[in-house]
Amino acid sequence: MSRLICRGELIEDRWRWVDADEAPAPAAGEGLILPLARWCAQRPGLDAARTGVWLGPDDDVAPLLPWLATLPLIAIRFPVFTDGRGYSLARLLRGRHGYAGELRAVGDVLRDQLYFLQRCGFDSFALRADQPPEEALAAFHDYSWAPLSAR
Amino acid sequence: MYRYNPTDQQLVDDRVAQFRDQMNRFLGGRLSEDEFRPLRLQNGLYVQRHAPMLRVAIPYGTLASAQLRKLADIARRYDRGYGHFTTRCNIQFNWVRLEEVPDILAELATVQMHAIQTSGNCIRNITTDPFAGVAADELFDPRPYCEIVRQWSTLAPEFLFLPRKFKIAISGGAEDRAAVRFHDIGARARMAADGRLGFEIHVGGGLGRTPMVGRLLKDFLPREELLNYFEAILRVYNRHGRRDNKYKARIKILVKDLTLEGFAREVEDEWAWSRGGPATLGDETFRSMEAFFARHDTAPAPADGTYDPAQDPAFSRWVARNVSPHRAAGQAIVTLSLKKTGVPPGDATAEQMDGIAALAERYSAGEIRVSHEQNLVLPHVARGDLPALWQGARALGLATPNIGLLTDLVCCPGGDFCSLANARSIPVADAIQQRFDDLDYLFDLGPLELNLSGCVNACGHHHIGHIGILGVDKNNEEWYQVTVGGREGERGALGRVIGPAFAAEQIPDVIQRLLEAYLAARHEGEPFIDAVERIGLEPFKARVYGGVA
Ligand code: SF4
Repeated sequence: MSRLICRGELIEDRWRWVDADEAPAPAAGEGLILPLARWCAQRPGLDAARTGVWLGPDDDVAPLLPWLATLPLIAIRFPVFTDGRGYSLARLLRGRHGYAGELRAVGDVLRDQLYFLQRCGFDSFALRADQPPEEALAAFHDYSWAPLSAR
Repeated sequence: MYRYNPTDQQLVDDRVAQFRDQMNRFLGGRLSEDEFRPLRLQNGLYVQRHAPMLRVAIPYGTLASAQLRKLADIARRYDRGYGHFTTRCNIQFNWVRLEEVPDILAELATVQMHAIQTSGNCIRNITTDPFAGVAADELFDPRPYCEIVRQWSTLAPEFLFLPRKFKIAISGGAEDRAAVRFHDIGARARMAADGRLGFEIHVGGGLGRTPMVGRLLKDFLPREELLNYFEAILRVYNRHGRRDNKYKARIKILVKDLTLEGFAREVEDEWAWSRGGPATLGDETFRSMEAFFARHDTAPAPADGTYDPAQDPAFSRWVARNVSPHRAAGQAIVTLSLKKTGVPPGDATAEQMDGIAALAERYSAGEIRVSHEQNLVLPHVARGDLPALWQGARALGLATPNIGLLTDLVCCPGGDFCSLANARSIPVADAIQQRFDDLDYLFDLGPLELNLSGCVNACGHHHIGHIGILGVDKNNEEWYQVTVGGREGERGALGRVIGPAFAAEQIPDVIQRLLEAYLAARHEGEPFIDAVERIGLEPFKARVYGGVA
């Protein structure tokens, strides 16, 4: 997860991704991004400011709703770039539920979808490893027009 | 007609630049085939049997003369001098070169056109009644709403990777000429008792592999809520539609799985939040959009004494079939037939396109419509100009007086072009047109819709043809299954298969027998489809199989 674009800049990632079957072992200064089920199970004992959560495309956002104001990061995983469910999850979180923290796209995240992901409310992007970061940065300017449905 | 504002123009220009870059990366090996495929499809570019095919969007089937001239120009310079108008009111170029497609898109952008979302798993071109705005039976003009939905759906970022394609139709007439109940969403104009305008919403209709008539989701949706409500439907579909099996991925399957009530609950829940929100449409939006579609009551007044349908039997035949009533007295709607025998249905040459553009400029306020029956319509013709227009159309080979008759058949490109086909469709269409080319006979048969598809994808809409023909594959041979009893409109129904499939050369005889069964049974003035509804399929089956076996 080295190549991270956050709010239009290439930065070093301070979050560690935790898979469903992994035991979290945070290094100093690092936050953890937990799978939804584990986040739900362990939430009371977690350091809220340093724990994010990730959703798969078919996860439900309902368990997160009471905690949106304090959640620092939600990541949505795209198993393949053609799976569009993550776009609707993002719109739900940002629009209907007013989530204001970092919203990260993870997985099969490619240069050619960045503009549209951003339009749905994502503000950080963990690109697939082979994506050239300079080209990816340019992608946010693919259009100078703004789509009607995401204003 | 709608005219682009600087924002619309910026969008299509940006899109051309983006696609040019994507094409360059693909050709340079920096974008894989799998990654490029969805991008090219969302720009209308298919890889077909012989060559790439480019499908250009004609939003709600409306074209200006300058746009049609540009299509002619593209046909000449980048294709083999013709184009094919489709049942979804788009145009396809069958012989383009891959690397030239960005240039073609740049050409289109100069006349406010594009190929965005003419394919792919996204919201496709919006369709409507080809007579929208001029039909005598219209409650209100659907085109301002089509344009609003077009703008909303174009590159709608949330809905570019849906489970499957998504088609929306909106109609405004008392008679439904847009087949709204055969679309993923179909909206029909409605007026509430207190005079408010809105739409009746149908969902989950469609043809293809699993044909279904759409279900009534809402009997009155206030027009201000159009986008909020559509967005709610699309979001429910995008999140919950099946993605594991492309044959079960259309919204109709989701509606079936959740039940109509369950689906409606999800939509209502989503809409409850957005209702009255930022995407709610205001009167100002409606007014400014309606201004683009103001009526053309300015067409030239009838020239005295030149209009006399009886003066020439050929002319009066043409008037009887190809001229429809216009809402304004003294004007008419003219359909130019792209169904001349010997020409693949829906095809037009560059010369014809140029000729039609000129006719439209002279007689129809510079406007042309594409119908889903694959004909072209001139919507604003002064009745006094009909004789001159008829002569002009005749000279172009576009005055075949067969609109709504058997030979006005609808036909997909089929196995001659399409890589998905099971069978060819154009030669079968041609054989039918050759066999039944006697105008007296066709006029006596009366209204009859025959639709032909080369495979179950049903681009020829065979399920809703009064007679439908479907190409099927049996042990690598082309066979044709025949259905009877389909119809569109208010009493929309799906055709039923009459029995075992036929070889191509049997088809004209099969049609002949179906017609004989009809002629033997019909009441005075009773159209084919009404007779089918009255007497059922048995007499048709008996005539066809009894005679063949
Ligand atoms: S119906 Fe089948 S053969 Fe015909 S154009 Fe569609 S996909 Fe191709």
